[in-house]
Amino acid sequence: MDFLRPASWEEALAAKAEHPSAVPIAGGTDVMVEINFDHRRPEYLMDLNRIPELTDWEVGEESVRLGASVPYTRIMEHLRTELPGLALAAHTVASPQIRNRGGVGGNLGTASPAGDAHPALLAAGAEVEAVSVRGTRMIPIDDFYTGVKRNALAPDELIRAVHVSKADGPQQFAKVGTRNAMVIAVCAFGLALHPATRTVRTGIGSAAPTPVRARTAEEFLAAALEEGGFWDNGKVVTPSVAQEFARLCSAACNPIDDVRGTAGYRRHAIGVLARRTLTWTWESYRTAAGEGKAA
Amino acid sequence: MAYPTGVPTKITQGSRTQGGIGESTLRPDGTLKVTGEFAYSSDLWHEDMLWGQILRSTVAHAEIVSIDTGEALALPGVYAVLTYDDLPTDVRHYGLEIQDTPVLAHGRVRHHGEPVAIVAADHPETARRAAAKIKVEYRELPVVTDEASATAPDAVLLHENRTDHHIGHVPHPNIVHRQPIVRGDVAAARERADVIVTGEYTFGMQDQAFLGPESGLAVPEEDGGVHLYIATQWLHSDLRQMSPVLGLPEDKVRMTLAGVGGAFGGREDLSMQIHACLLALRTGKPVKIVYNRFESFFGHVHRHPAKLTYEHGATRDGKLTHVKARIVLDGGAYASASPAVVGNASSLGVGPYAVDDVDIEAIALYTNNPPCGAMRGFGAVQACFAYEAQMDKVARELGLDPVEFRQRNAMEQGTLLPTGQPVDSPAPVAELLRRVKAMPMPPERQWESSEGADVRQLPGGLSNTTHGEGVVRGVGYAVGIKNVGFSEGFDDYSTARVRMEVVGGEPVATVHTAMAEVGQGGVTVHAQIARTELGVTQVTIHPADTRVGSAGSTSASRQTYVTGGAVKNACELVREKVLEIGRRKFGSYHPAWATAELLLEGGKVVTDGGETLADLADVLEGEAVEVEEEWRHRPTEPFDLRTGQGHGHVQYSFAAHRAVVEVDTELGLVKVVELACAQDVGKALNPLSVVGQIQGGTTQGLGIAVMEEIVVDPTTAKVRNPSFTDYLIPTILDTPTIPVDVLELADEHAPYGLRGIGEAPTLSSTPAVLAAIRDATGLALDRTPVRPEHLTGL
Repeated sequence: MDFLRPASWEEALAAKAEHPSAVPIAGGTDVMVEINFDHRRPEYLMDLNRIPELTDWEVGEESVRLGASVPYTRIMEHLRTELPGLALAAHTVASPQIRNRGGVGGNLGTASPAGDAHPALLAAGAEVEAVSVRGTRMIPIDDFYTGVKRNALAPDELIRAVHVSKADGPQQFAKVGTRNAMVIAVCAFGLALHPATRTVRTGIGSAAPTPVRARTAEEFLAAALEEGGFWDNGKVVTPSVAQEFARLCSAACNPIDDVRGTAGYRRHAIGVLARRTLTWTWESYRTAAGEGKAA
Repeated sequence: MAYPTGVPTKITQGSRTQGGIGESTLRPDGTLKVTGEFAYSSDLWHEDMLWGQILRSTVAHAEIVSIDTGEALALPGVYAVLTYDDLPTDVRHYGLEIQDTPVLAHGRVRHHGEPVAIVAADHPETARRAAAKIKVEYRELPVVTDEASATAPDAVLLHENRTDHHIGHVPHPNIVHRQPIVRGDVAAARERADVIVTGEYTFGMQDQAFLGPESGLAVPEEDGGVHLYIATQWLHSDLRQMSPVLGLPEDKVRMTLAGVGGAFGGREDLSMQIHACLLALRTGKPVKIVYNRFESFFGHVHRHPAKLTYEHGATRDGKLTHVKARIVLDGGAYASASPAVVGNASSLGVGPYAVDDVDIEAIALYTNNPPCGAMRGFGAVQACFAYEAQMDKVARELGLDPVEFRQRNAMEQGTLLPTGQPVDSPAPVAELLRRVKAMPMPPERQWESSEGADVRQLPGGLSNTTHGEGVVRGVGYAVGIKNVGFSEGFDDYSTARVRMEVVGGEPVATVHTAMAEVGQGGVTVHAQIARTELGVTQVTIHPADTRVGSAGSTSASRQTYVTGGAVKNACELVREKVLEIGRRKFGSYHPAWATAELLLEGGKVVTDGGETLADLADVLEGEAVEVEEEWRHRPTEPFDLRTGQGHGHVQYSFAAHRAVVEVDTELGLVKVVELACAQDVGKALNPLSVVGQIQGGTTQGLGIAVMEEIVVDPTTAKVRNPSFTDYLIPTILDTPTIPVDVLELADEHAPYGLRGIGEAPTLSSTPAVLAAIRDATGLALDRTPVRPEHLTGL
């Protein structure tokens, strides 16, 4: 195994072009586990830790350009307002030590359906900034996950950053695991209300071959909110709407039985999380809207 | 009830020498472990050493058609590749009681992960690569995985032509051992019962999940022998098993204890000891072997999973009439400690209750599942899970409070066990239950804070699954009984060597035992005992090795009792010799030398009246006193193979728990809020360590209640979750507040009145949590661990 240590982003791109099989490593919280257990023995390992801009983030008008290696701890500490769903997801990643090292770029690169960041990115709306010596392209998050542990990156591309839409409304993230901390997801759910466009977006983790959105559920909920005038009147969402939203989210799952849980349980749990996170987000939307009116 | 409720009983005067027994002196390894400075066996290093690697079977049951080591040997940096055919003597099997475990597989593998070949190379990576290049051709055989498949008429026999001493009384050769316990007349008692309650229970396979994976360093010595530095639980037991396989007399196999990262029973059996020594002797170089976590899951035995069938009868006034039970333990491919686990599960199968009419049968199976053996609680854990579930069921049937029902049937001093053996020391079962019940309850909705729900206090924790929705509280109780020390006639002795001399003008005691300090705090207690008995402040604990006699195993909650007893005994003998010297040197100066009872305290010889006769430094000037002596607790006897009658145990340990849980009933997630424990420890030699042991045991019991389980595929007998990603142990957010109420009722037969304490809290913790979850959900829950799908029915 050859160890590549590019000193700059340009060098990294050149190295990746020269050795498309090179596996990039930043925090190493995923790659090193695989290497230590001899599950993976890449021909080239490319260390990105000498490239400081990967750990920077910029808060723009519409979105946050989040460097691929920004550790989860930083997201929790500094981007709670702009990216509340991702910050909640970050808080559920493994242990403090892992959160100090790992970042969203690793989650995207591995593209495991169990990656904690995915549901939050899907719900918020995001684009992956994929770069090669050929140039830069923005891959919509909805098109990024192409199969079990597969993504839309070309062999010569590296993830420079992910552009996550800034929250225009409440967001939530919830994950089921069989331990109360430091646990891999049995399934996970992200929900973002987008009052600006009067839409909602969802993200489901560990309940299908790839992270997925529950599009039918989103459309149903958006229509129901619109129809009932809920965005304006700030009323409590009727239980039947929440129920149906939960049912449709369950239906969006395509889970398997494995050592962590059954397919039936995953479907059920996604429904429960959908209902609860809808209640929480809608309650904060109503509260914020109510306070706005009072002022 | 006539139970003492107040002042601890003391049968010895507390020490007047600082740092003696009864004080919470700090352990020498504590800070080092917490700060990451402690040197574990995996940190061992030697100039020019090689690295050993084990090749393990990828299937659970197969004939080995061929093994080709050619490519592995050809790899540069490889020094040796050994298989069964390379073993140096005809002794090629080992085992704690039955020598049925091949050092390396011979013609057949019987479980997933069985060692097949070993490699030594100059780099661990090279060793791994070489192991991967060994070509093993398997012809797979059908697997037996449970009682039905193991005892079917045409079942494949795990061990043909058994010659062990259990084969004569087992109903099938795939049964390792069977122990019935029959007392009274269950048929007649059943007639008297107003209610009869039955239940079938399943106990999952728990792993010890100790901190430091198996590791050690074997160094060849000039005399043709070998010196093994090793993390183990019993040096001399290892030595006895290793030496015939290595073809070396025991005095040419030297063993020194290396830093042990926990054990919990998982280091009672050999792991890499023989492999490292074989490679060192073959290559003439030091060889280090360190398992990684994945390999560790295959490298030691686990807690026996069990199926337990119980019938309890009781009269309307809440008295048990009888207990009938059948306990089937899965021992996996090799015997390990299975026979003794059967003995415990059967003899303690009724629990800490007085029942005259009992019919219990316990068996351990040979199957192709991973081998199971010793783990904290050792057979008593599985039984306690089932009988305590039954006690709740009977109480509910009778409309009685579960604690009240238990108290009405609680064993007390003098009660006969179902083995016919009287409990001849305090048995405060009802009192322990009273104490846990009397503790204040944690407040309702304890997750609510001024800033909303604190998810850390809720089921799901940081995963943010509920802010209180679906959450229901439950409360449950349980109590258990664990034997202390090795039972059934085993010669359970320990040896201590104590030396006293003057160093730099100060009297110093040196305590040398072969006791494995595995984190239990034994070395701390030894120093405390020496201070108390010899009146010195400076005590040196000599590293544990085989240059002193056996200390027995660090298991069965026995070390403070037995090796502590041996240290106390040796100290007393040393004290007599010191006083003899004193009398010889100074007897003429004071009549009290001849007449008074003399003590060693605060570096001086004093009379029982407190008068100082001499400084120890003066007495010992130019002298050194040393004693090495074996010490034994009262003997036990085997259980009758037909009736189970016999005085099989030497001492008991009792603990009771109250569990308070919050259950997210929609998602099936559990937060254990509090696990209150009351335990009788006889005498707390080190109160801080006592609380630590109780909290640790309680947490390990919680683990098997709600998350810990090795999942074995029932069709292939392969382990599905050999990693900490999927074998979950409690984090600090899963660990509740554990208030501990320590009772000290002396056992007059034991040193200082103490009781072994390490295991009892592991027993009652699990059923208490299960009872609390049943209370919250109304579900029957007949298996542990409880997973979300059991609580949601999905």
